[in-house]
Amino acid sequence: MPLDQSFVGRSWPATEPYLVGREKIREFARAIGAADVEYHDPAAARALGYADVVAPPTFPVVITMAASRQIIEDPALGLDYSRVVHGDQKFAYARPVVAGDELVCVNSVDEITSRGGHDFITTRTEVTTAAGEPVVTVWSKLVQRGEH
Amino acid sequence: MSDTLEPQTFRVTRADLVRYAGASGDFNPIHWSDRVATGVGLPGVIAHGMFTMALVGRAVTTWAGAADAVVEYSVRFSRPVPVPDTDEGTEVLVTGTVKETTAEGLTRLVLTATCQGEKVLSLAQATIRKR
Repeated sequence: MPLDQSFVGRSWPATEPYLVGREKIREFARAIGAADVEYHDPAAARALGYADVVAPPTFPVVITMAASRQIIEDPALGLDYSRVVHGDQKFAYARPVVAGDELVCVNSVDEITSRGGHDFITTRTEVTTAAGEPVVTVWSKLVQRGEH
Repeated sequence: MSDTLEPQTFRVTRADLVRYAGASGDFNPIHWSDRVATGVGLPGVIAHGMFTMALVGRAVTTWAGAADAVVEYSVRFSRPVPVPDTDEGTEVLVTGTVKETTAEGLTRLVLTATCQGEKVLSLAQATIRKR
C-alpha cells in the first residue's frame, strides 16, 4: 500500500524537551570510538570554547530518531517498519550540541515518493533549544522496500 | 590542512553494534539478530547506517580539527555493511578529498566508505568551516 500523500507538508507539535546529559554524550562517543577530549572532559571542552562536553556530529540522531516516531508510527501513514531501511541522512548545523542543552524537535514531512515498487519518505526535524535557538536541522529519508 | 583525508580503516564487530544500539537507542533487530536479518532478505546482521556515518564523521572531525567545524554532513546509504559473528568482524575503509572552496569560504569534502571493496555510501559529503 502506498504511503499517505496527505502527510507531505504537515508539521507536528514540538516534542517535550530532551535534556542532553554529559554521560549520554560520553556513552555515544565511546560507542563510535571517538576518544578526543572534547567529547569526554568538560574542562578540556571549555578550554576549546564549548560550554560543556560537545557531541559528535551524528549525535542528534539519538534525539531526532525518537522524535520522528510521532510520524512514522502513525497508522494513517501506512508505513510497515519491518520493511524499512535507511536511505539518506543529512545534518545542517547552526552549532554543535553540548551537554546541558535542552532540545525540542519540530517534525515535518518534506516528500513522499514511489519508485520501482519502493516507497520513500523524507522527514525534516528542526532541532532548537527550548528557548528557540536553532541548533541543527536533520533530514532522514526512509525506504519502505517492496513486498516482492 | 591537507586536501585529502589520510585513508582510515575502522574495524566493526558485533560488539560494536550492540554498544551502538544501546548508545543510540536504535534496537532494530536486523543489527543484532541473524534470524531477523536473514528473514527480511539480508545476508545476516548489518551495521546501523548511522554507525557507518558516525565512523566517517570521526574521520571528518579529525581532519577538520574540531567537532564544531562541521557545518553540513550528508550521506546516502547505498549498500549494507554485513558484520559476521567473528572476532574480526569486518572493516570499513574511509577516504576523502577536498572538492571545492565555496563562495562563503567553506570547504567541501567528498567522502567514500567501502566494505569488502564495495561502496557502502554514495553522495557522502561534508562542509567544513575552518577554525
